[in-house]
Amino acid sequence: MDFTFTEDQLLFQESVRDFLVNEVTPERIRAGWETDSGRDPALWQQLAELGLTGITVPEAHGGLGMTALDFVLLAQECGYVALPEPLVHTALVAVPMLTELGGELAAHWLPQIAAGEATVVVGLERNLVVEDAHIADLLLLQRGDELVAATAEQVVLQHSESIDPSRKLYTVEVAAAAPTVASGSQSAALLSAAQDRGALGCAAQALGLAQRMIDLTVQYTSERQQFGKPIGSFQAVKHHMANIAVRLEYAKAPTHRAAYALAVGQERAAQAVSHAKLVACEAANLAAKNCHQAHGAMGYTWEVDLHIFMKKAWALANTWGDAGFHKSRVAESIFAPGAALGAGATFA
Amino acid sequence: MDLAYTEQQQAFREEVRSWLAENVPAEPLQTFDTAEGFRQHREWEATLNSGRWGMVTWPQALGGRGCDLIEWLIFEEEYYRARAPLRVNQNGIFLLGPTLMEYGTEEQKARILPKMANGEEVWAQGWSEPNAGSDMAAIRSTAKREGDKYIINGQKTWSTRAVWADWCFGMFRTDPESERHRGLTFILVPLDSPGITVRPIPQLDGLPGFAEIFFDNVEVSVDNRLGDEGAGWSVAMATAGFERGLMLRSPARFQETARRLVELYTANRESADCDPAVKDAVLRAYLDAESYCLTTYQTACRLNKGGKIGAESSTNKIFWSELDQSMHATAMSILGARAELLPHAPAAQGVGTWLDGWLFSQSGPIYAGTNEVQRNIIAERMLGMPR
Repeated sequence: MDFTFTEDQLLFQESVRDFLVNEVTPERIRAGWETDSGRDPALWQQLAELGLTGITVPEAHGGLGMTALDFVLLAQECGYVALPEPLVHTALVAVPMLTELGGELAAHWLPQIAAGEATVVVGLERNLVVEDAHIADLLLLQRGDELVAATAEQVVLQHSESIDPSRKLYTVEVAAAAPTVASGSQSAALLSAAQDRGALGCAAQALGLAQRMIDLTVQYTSERQQFGKPIGSFQAVKHHMANIAVRLEYAKAPTHRAAYALAVGQERAAQAVSHAKLVACEAANLAAKNCHQAHGAMGYTWEVDLHIFMKKAWALANTWGDAGFHKSRVAESIFAPGAALGAGATFA
Repeated sequence: MDLAYTEQQQAFREEVRSWLAENVPAEPLQTFDTAEGFRQHREWEATLNSGRWGMVTWPQALGGRGCDLIEWLIFEEEYYRARAPLRVNQNGIFLLGPTLMEYGTEEQKARILPKMANGEEVWAQGWSEPNAGSDMAAIRSTAKREGDKYIINGQKTWSTRAVWADWCFGMFRTDPESERHRGLTFILVPLDSPGITVRPIPQLDGLPGFAEIFFDNVEVSVDNRLGDEGAGWSVAMATAGFERGLMLRSPARFQETARRLVELYTANRESADCDPAVKDAVLRAYLDAESYCLTTYQTACRLNKGGKIGAESSTNKIFWSELDQSMHATAMSILGARAELLPHAPAAQGVGTWLDGWLFSQSGPIYAGTNEVQRNIIAERMLGMPR
């Protein structure tokens, strides 16, 4: 029993965090809102040079060959800065799907992803829209029971604007004949794995988002004075923040367990992911609510940075399976006759 | 990361399981808030100790097994699974015991720990006073040094188990000029000393689970001082640390409650589902109990590897106490009109021990530092908010 990360994993997290906090500032995110694509090719290239776009690409295809467990701490840091670039999607969803598809597709696209030269996105029908379809060179799309692979030329996109200007969402029509790359049980397995990995990505980012909102609000309430004191010295404000800290603290281990379960292919991985997504997104939503309250009217403005993180937290809670989807999955397993519950069942 | 038990850990679990299967009393003991129940529980402690299961984390030399935190969690899982009796000497074995090992003299350890381990001496706490509750530094009870004795005067209250306990431990002001955290000393007091009056306080269930203790010129030998004179506050803080909190309220307890709640819900599904909030609350109970377990294991693994515990441990007490309260509230909703009935009432069918648990869960957010005080600690020490 070892529920800790290695020194290497923790050092990697620290260095990625330093990089992201320096590079992906709220100013840079706001600048992205003013551009057509909302994406920053120079930043993507930097991420590729750090090995991050290819972190889960097998070494044989020019990547680092790491797993969801290695990436989960980095995904938290992507959340901490509200990274607009599709790094979490690439590492957790697109690359594993291509790797599992194997063959020509993997051999062609994976090295390009690792080099930062190509972007591949996955579209599930449950998500209604496809994230970052506008910058994708290849789209792996669910069409009923099948999975099709369409190149950028083979699709017609319609932008569906989000309240979060950093999120770029599209409905995708496959115009030309795009090949079916998986069907039947293979397609079902690929799609369900993608669903779980996408949900894990949301959970990990939610942890980072919650922490960022806490940090911003602790700073704000330490500076803002009313009644001759910093408002952060009032217990009503402190308790709002402490409540977030409690929920956040207890959402971390479930998220790390979910990453482990996916990485080693545990039978109960889907349930672990649903647990993580529910509690991590709840923590981030509570952070959004209480931090907004502690910011007073300032939190309701476009000018204050809080909404960058708040809106992303709101969006992540309802994508890659909303609460209803994930609660149903947990309910199915715990209310089943003979379900293993209680003391000693967690790691059995 | 490797979330599987080692062979050694699995073997340990088997050993605990089979010993408990043979030794846990078939009939539940009476509550230890009655004289007879207290006696039964004291006897159970002796039985546990005879198998060296009394306190597995204690060193071998003191009758323990030198277990690490993961083995402790495994022991607790088996203990709660087996529905073994509650620990009547928890103040002693979980709180004072580890503090004694850290601050006690060799003479004190040899004199006190073995009798604590076998239930011969059961311990009560003596922290709170009428005007020192959340504000523990406001303690006014005094211990005046005279030669090799302290003369104690004053009053303690909310002293759990004090009605039938043999000893109490607590803080007393040894420097009459001192204020707040300074000038306090940690002293162990035999409750049969002349000058002591114990007045039981009936709890919500009408039973005397705690008491007031009055001290009227009570003489205590200086041999019963733990740590240096005036160093009581730091000794007491050690008693309140994370590991002690883990000992007192390990995840197994809440996971078993969550499991029983799922059972209660599925057995009463038709009526329970009339309130759509109930299913969600049951689901949430399961998830939160599971989160508490996962987080505790993660922290325990980090500590086993030499990691240090930080201010984030203050989140622990809020999490389990609110979980316990909400799980029992959900059970009360499911039981509906039966919820208020005492277990032996003729109309009480299938009410189990939920009412008792519900009453006790009301105390969780209050004892061991109210949740409001915990929230202040989290905001100031963990998040760095201004005082």
